[in-house]
Amino acid sequence: MLLIIFQILLVLTTCVFFVSKRHMSNLVLLIQLGLAGITGYWSIDVLTHGTVFERELLINFWGSPLEIKVDSLSAFFILVLNFTLLTGSIYSKGYLKPYINEKNHAEFGLHYFSLAWLHISMLLVCMLRDGLAFLVVWEMMSVFSFLLVIFESEKKETVKAGINFLLQMHIGFVFIMAGFIYAYVQTGAAFSFDGLSVYFEEHHPLPLFLLFFVGFGIKAGFIPFHTWLPHAHPAAPSHISGIMSGVIIKMGIYGILRVLTYIHTDLLIIGIFILVVSVVTGLLGVMYAIVQHDLKKLLAYSSIENIGIIGIGIGIGLIGVAKDLPILAVLGFAGGILHVLNHSLFKSLLFYSAGSVYMRTHTRHLEHLGGLIKKMPKTAFLFLLGALAICGLPPFNGFISEFLIYSGLFKGLQTPSLQTNFIILGTAIGLTLIGGLALFCFTKVFSIVFLGTPRSGAPEKAKEVDGSMILPKILAGIMIVAIGVYPVFFVKMVGNVVGLYVRDISLIMQDTSYMSKISCSSLVFILLIAILWLIRRAQQKRVHIEHGPTWGCAYSGANPAVHQYTATSFANNYSELAPPIVKTGKYFESLKEEEIFPRPRSFKTKTGDMIEENMVEKPIRKIIKWMEKAAIFQTGNLQHYIMYAFMFMGLIFWLTIFNII
Amino acid sequence: MNVLGFVLAIISSLLIPGIITITKAKMSGKKGPGVFQPLFDIARLIRKGNVYSTTTSVIFQIGPIIYFASVVVALLFVPFGQYKGLLSFDADFVFFAYLLGIGKFMMIISAMDTGSGFEGMGANREALYSMLVEPIFFILMGSLALLTHYSSFYDLFVHIHYDSYLTYLIAALGVYLLLQIAMVENSRLPIDDPKTHLELTMIHEVMVLDNSGFDMGLINLATGLKFALYGGLIANFIFPVEWSLYAQIVVFIMVNLLFAVAVGLMESFRARNKLAKNPKWILMLSSISLIVFLCVIEITQKLL
Repeated sequence: MLLIIFQILLVLTTCVFFVSKRHMSNLVLLIQLGLAGITGYWSIDVLTHGTVFERELLINFWGSPLEIKVDSLSAFFILVLNFTLLTGSIYSKGYLKPYINEKNHAEFGLHYFSLAWLHISMLLVCMLRDGLAFLVVWEMMSVFSFLLVIFESEKKETVKAGINFLLQMHIGFVFIMAGFIYAYVQTGAAFSFDGLSVYFEEHHPLPLFLLFFVGFGIKAGFIPFHTWLPHAHPAAPSHISGIMSGVIIKMGIYGILRVLTYIHTDLLIIGIFILVVSVVTGLLGVMYAIVQHDLKKLLAYSSIENIGIIGIGIGIGLIGVAKDLPILAVLGFAGGILHVLNHSLFKSLLFYSAGSVYMRTHTRHLEHLGGLIKKMPKTAFLFLLGALAICGLPPFNGFISEFLIYSGLFKGLQTPSLQTNFIILGTAIGLTLIGGLALFCFTKVFSIVFLGTPRSGAPEKAKEVDGSMILPKILAGIMIVAIGVYPVFFVKMVGNVVGLYVRDISLIMQDTSYMSKISCSSLVFILLIAILWLIRRAQQKRVHIEHGPTWGCAYSGANPAVHQYTATSFANNYSELAPPIVKTGKYFESLKEEEIFPRPRSFKTKTGDMIEENMVEKPIRKIIKWMEKAAIFQTGNLQHYIMYAFMFMGLIFWLTIFNII
Repeated sequence: MNVLGFVLAIISSLLIPGIITITKAKMSGKKGPGVFQPLFDIARLIRKGNVYSTTTSVIFQIGPIIYFASVVVALLFVPFGQYKGLLSFDADFVFFAYLLGIGKFMMIISAMDTGSGFEGMGANREALYSMLVEPIFFILMGSLALLTHYSSFYDLFVHIHYDSYLTYLIAALGVYLLLQIAMVENSRLPIDDPKTHLELTMIHEVMVLDNSGFDMGLINLATGLKFALYGGLIANFIFPVEWSLYAQIVVFIMVNLLFAVAVGLMESFRARNKLAKNPKWILMLSSISLIVFLCVIEITQKLL
């Protein structure tokens, strides 16, 4: 029955084109609610009973019925993506309101149609196991996200970022497809995920895993495959950035985790590989995030950092399985997988808040913002909540997943192997540095965007966004606090997923005992803050309160915005330490000696992404240079072209004569 | 009995700033104020009214409260001899460190809330140094976890046994590191000098330029508490748990007092670093913490 409704809903999405622009969002939201309700029901059933849900869709695919299969891993990801897509959809209603008059019916319809189908294709990605069907829905997911990204297609850079995104997704697609084909050719088993298990049992898994890792890693944004993220996120409308960062990149993680369920040998080397890539991803991600000036670009880099944290969890989990250390395995996987949920919550919250700021100020440039907490208090506090959570600070959700990883690490230290000890110590240092850098990054963002005085005219006129744009943020905020204060429930839920990788998950249940102590400590903390606040309020009523300008060393008369710290100056002492990884270029015209009355000048700093520069742009420039040399053949002379054809035929002729081909 | 440790820590936190001041005064040949003078100052601040900058928002008002609360709750994790801290669980030092982190986060943004260039300087220095200092604490705790095979404050300290030269070295380096972490966390010499008069080179003092009254009182109290926090950890670190309760009490207080005197002496006899040198200095501390780790590897006989 539910299955039939599910399929009817798929057909209903086409109705989007037949309703008015104002009602499209409501219709899509309704369809999404239906989809989320059905798949959520299946998923919760799977997670609570630990069963696997299997059905056949009515659609025939290449002659055979399409089978959907929901196990605990799929169920977990389905729940995560349902939540973020629903909040994104609610948010889009308010966010796209100003565009209603700008965009025509078809453009608007296409956007909402793509949104609905993005949801559907992601659900199917999690549910389908057949190789070909998986590749088809995977491709659909990329194409629909591309359509969503290029909503503001009248801007040149948006289209450019969108095409960059689409191209990179296809490179990833090729790798995944190659992986499936290779396994199929080698084993002759089914062209599906289950067919992979046959391959992995018989062969050395690393080469094939690497193919899948690159394919899925491009989606997930592991460094060095991250270069699409910082371009696509700022270009996309904010609800799409939130969804993209919250769940689309997590589909890459899903793919990697799915492939890992079939691998049972050589886990140590795979684990170390993932761990090293992830620590680098985490560190570089946040190091680049700090120096960004574009709010959404900064958040995109911070997503890369969080993918690194997720990868660290998975990596140490694998090492734990390989070294037969159940505690390291359980806590590593649990931390990594819980961080998938956590990151989807706070990152969508942060992107929605960034979107609200952009909507009201029309700028994402940090140096033009400031003082918004007075104009948009709700957005500001929700952003603060997200910022605290993303730094992994208690009592919020980011802390719980990082804590699981940390406690796995420190318990893993108790093993006799020297190699593991060094790996663990290195990871712990990496993780603490990531934490510290994230704190640096988000104190900077929050204080530059929301605190102090406005740095330009843009924030002066801003006002708070409507309720429909606040609601999704509050929903995400509630989940953030719920996981932070009451982690036991969520850790147990994740425990079911961990069961796919580690046979004995009793440790996670043991772990919940001190999860409740964490809740207790968090509550003590919150209670103490509340008590202190009350005492302070009582004290404030009795004393004389004065208001005046900020102490400015007797320069308080000057424009306070000039006196303030900027984003660049906040990051300056860090960016002095960070080379050669982060290189800040300064662009200015130096003063000439003969210039007695200097003209007005400009000074600009720009921080590029060294990895993008060296691994993508430089090789491409080289290739283009060589390609240009080949242009001498293109003479524009018809006789030459006919000659080429004859030369080619002659070549073929001679090659066959000498039996070379 | 767990409460006793907390109460003792609170008492020593109230005395530590006074003792530091006295030590510094004696060393520079001055008479110096009474031990309780910093306390009187705090009591006066708490009764006073506030001046708020019109630029500030609620962040500026809740910042000091959350900072203070974070330090107090962190103190609940510090064990006392053979008694656990009031809050104790596996890997509790992660919670401890991140709790201090949220306090710092709030102080940094509340300084930025004033929109003052000076406070921006302090805030971003604080953010940078606390980022650099964090790994030191984790490497130290990780080494102890490797040595003892446990992972909560209480178990770590209970299961350290000093029986070889290398363990003594670990103890010495560990105490040195905790002492220096306390100095960095509290922005004291050689990172920052609380007596300095130039805003351009200050860290902590410049972050709280605009705070006054009750908030300022809490911030000053938190400074003492932070010293007691690390003093308590040092006391646990070096003294065996087998000693009787009374001996423990005496030792705990003595260590805290000595800690305060040591801070006073250190501040009297050394100059502050150049600001630009501070990151290097903190990285030097990390390398010392790596030596601790290598010692542990050597003791557990994994290397050779």
